[in-house]
Amino acid sequence: MIKERHLNIFVLGLLIFVPIFAYWNDQPFTITLMTRAVIFAIAAVGLNLALGIGGFISFGHAAFFGLGGYVMGILAWHSQNYVTLVEWPILIEGTKSMPIIWIITIAASALLAAIIGMISLKTTGVYFIMITLAFAQMMYYFSTSWSAYGGEDGLSIYVRNNFPGLNTLDPIQFFSICCVILLIVLFFMGRLIKSPFGLALNASRQSRQRIEAVGFDFHKLQLTAFILSGAITGLSGALFADLNRFVSPSMFSWQLSGEFIVFIIIGGVGRLFGPVIGALIFVWLEHLIGGISDYWHIFLGFILLAIVLFGKGGITGLLCQKDAQHE
Amino acid sequence: MSFVLIAEQILNGLQFGIMLFLMSAGLTLIFGVMGLINLAHGSLYMIGAFVAAAVASATGSFILALVAALSAAALAGAIVEITIIRKLYNRNHLDQVLATFALILIFSEGTRWVFGSFPLYLDAPSYLQGAVTLPGGIQYPLYRITLIFFGLIIGLGLGLLITKTRLGVQIRAGENDREMVSALGVNISKLYTFIFALGAALAGLAGALVGAIQSVEVGMGEPVLILAFVVIVIGGIGSVKGALIGSILVGLTDTLGGIFLPKFFSFFMDLATATNVGSSIASMSIYILMSIVLVWRPTGLFGQKV
Repeated sequence: MIKERHLNIFVLGLLIFVPIFAYWNDQPFTITLMTRAVIFAIAAVGLNLALGIGGFISFGHAAFFGLGGYVMGILAWHSQNYVTLVEWPILIEGTKSMPIIWIITIAASALLAAIIGMISLKTTGVYFIMITLAFAQMMYYFSTSWSAYGGEDGLSIYVRNNFPGLNTLDPIQFFSICCVILLIVLFFMGRLIKSPFGLALNASRQSRQRIEAVGFDFHKLQLTAFILSGAITGLSGALFADLNRFVSPSMFSWQLSGEFIVFIIIGGVGRLFGPVIGALIFVWLEHLIGGISDYWHIFLGFILLAIVLFGKGGITGLLCQKDAQHE
Repeated sequence: MSFVLIAEQILNGLQFGIMLFLMSAGLTLIFGVMGLINLAHGSLYMIGAFVAAAVASATGSFILALVAALSAAALAGAIVEITIIRKLYNRNHLDQVLATFALILIFSEGTRWVFGSFPLYLDAPSYLQGAVTLPGGIQYPLYRITLIFFGLIIGLGLGLLITKTRLGVQIRAGENDREMVSALGVNISKLYTFIFALGAALAGLAGALVGAIQSVEVGMGEPVLILAFVVIVIGGIGSVKGALIGSILVGLTDTLGGIFLPKFFSFFMDLATATNVGSSIASMSIYILMSIVLVWRPTGLFGQKV
């Protein structure tokens, strides 16, 4: 048995040294694969705040992921085609600048999360699961029928967006951007979980009555967590669209929402690094088994079944003796 | 817009709703009695459609195809219940979601492996092809009319089964207190397997019936599954009556919204924009309906108060 902190340091090491090693050996594909894993990790870390700490199972986080993708896609599309985004009441142009796109993405995802959260957090349990799923589907169908931005075909962005001082088309430089964002998000999460808000949220999952008895507003706690969670997942969507230079309705697909949950379960629910470990293993497995068989989802299905039925606490739970904070 | 067109669209919506009811009835029973959220219900729908298409092309008999679809889905449901689902009843919702998500992956890829990625086609039998003229001069496909009646009969049968038979009493009792039911000598695990297989059979039947209207392909079950979720959220989880009313509401909203919203917007927009905006909003209409119902009644129209 090893300590969770040591496992986390090991994972951090992997995140940093695998791409450097791949860079030395001139394997850009490995770097791209790692970038994909890192972006998924950001999405799952966001979801983990709602699902792991807050205890409400959102099966619709692809709504935020896709929205992030479309915010990036729409801004970049307007910029690359020299079409103004809004002409009235004020003139707004598209942009290719990553930091600006990120800020707008975070704001837009937070707004969407506030709307979805206000309606769906009225319910609990299985209703909440189905409603979040339904909202993500709503975004999916909306994006397929909105022909101004590609409809079912999606939007292609010819050149990756800019970051001041970096060449984002270079795999290792783009990876570094994503990795730094992941580290910032993890640092923020680590602080958040230990903050009064995080502790209250953790407690709200365990007992609603008690958290209300000590004077917290249960709904406000949950809604705040849901908004933060959606904003982080939205940001990862913008990065994912930038990685592929392509956005399509498939970023809203319910399978993706399911996969985000899978990352968390593989890694360990409610653990800071759980989603990161899960995303790394998932992307690695997808590449490994996907290379052998066209039907890799069958294997994923059986692995997942085994984890749910027999493994408790995911990989982190398997390797570390101490229970997750919430068990 | 003529009366005939409106009547046709209402019938289309009704037919869509009735098919959704076959899906959501099983889903809501399984949740109501066993407390299980079953994402793999859409896979059983897909299995029904595939088996029906395969049997129909091998034997040429549509009735045989329906029987085969129904039995294959019920069998698949019973096997899955005994081997996997049974272990999930006492787990939390997260485990149930994940395990049934895993089942979707296995079923979908398994079907792709057996039948390939190309869609199959299932034709309605010759005696159900063509159109009938309804009162008021409405021409409507005979097959779709048959679907509406068939679905209503099944709904009625299900209602009678639950309210009038001994088995129905056991099912309703199982919803309220499973320990008491088993203490009274009912074999509860057999009852659960039966309910699951019943739900699976209804889903498989729906898949086979709809398979003659749409193409039969991998992944056809999940969009319907998600609509069925919307239905049972609207109707109230566990209520078969709620599932029926919810299905028809969703079916009508979806079909009529797609036709009338673009027309509605064309009153104050140019045609291209109106079509665009109208169809975008129409695609969201059932989810908007769901939100309104939830804000008004958080446990659905016929759901029990928490």
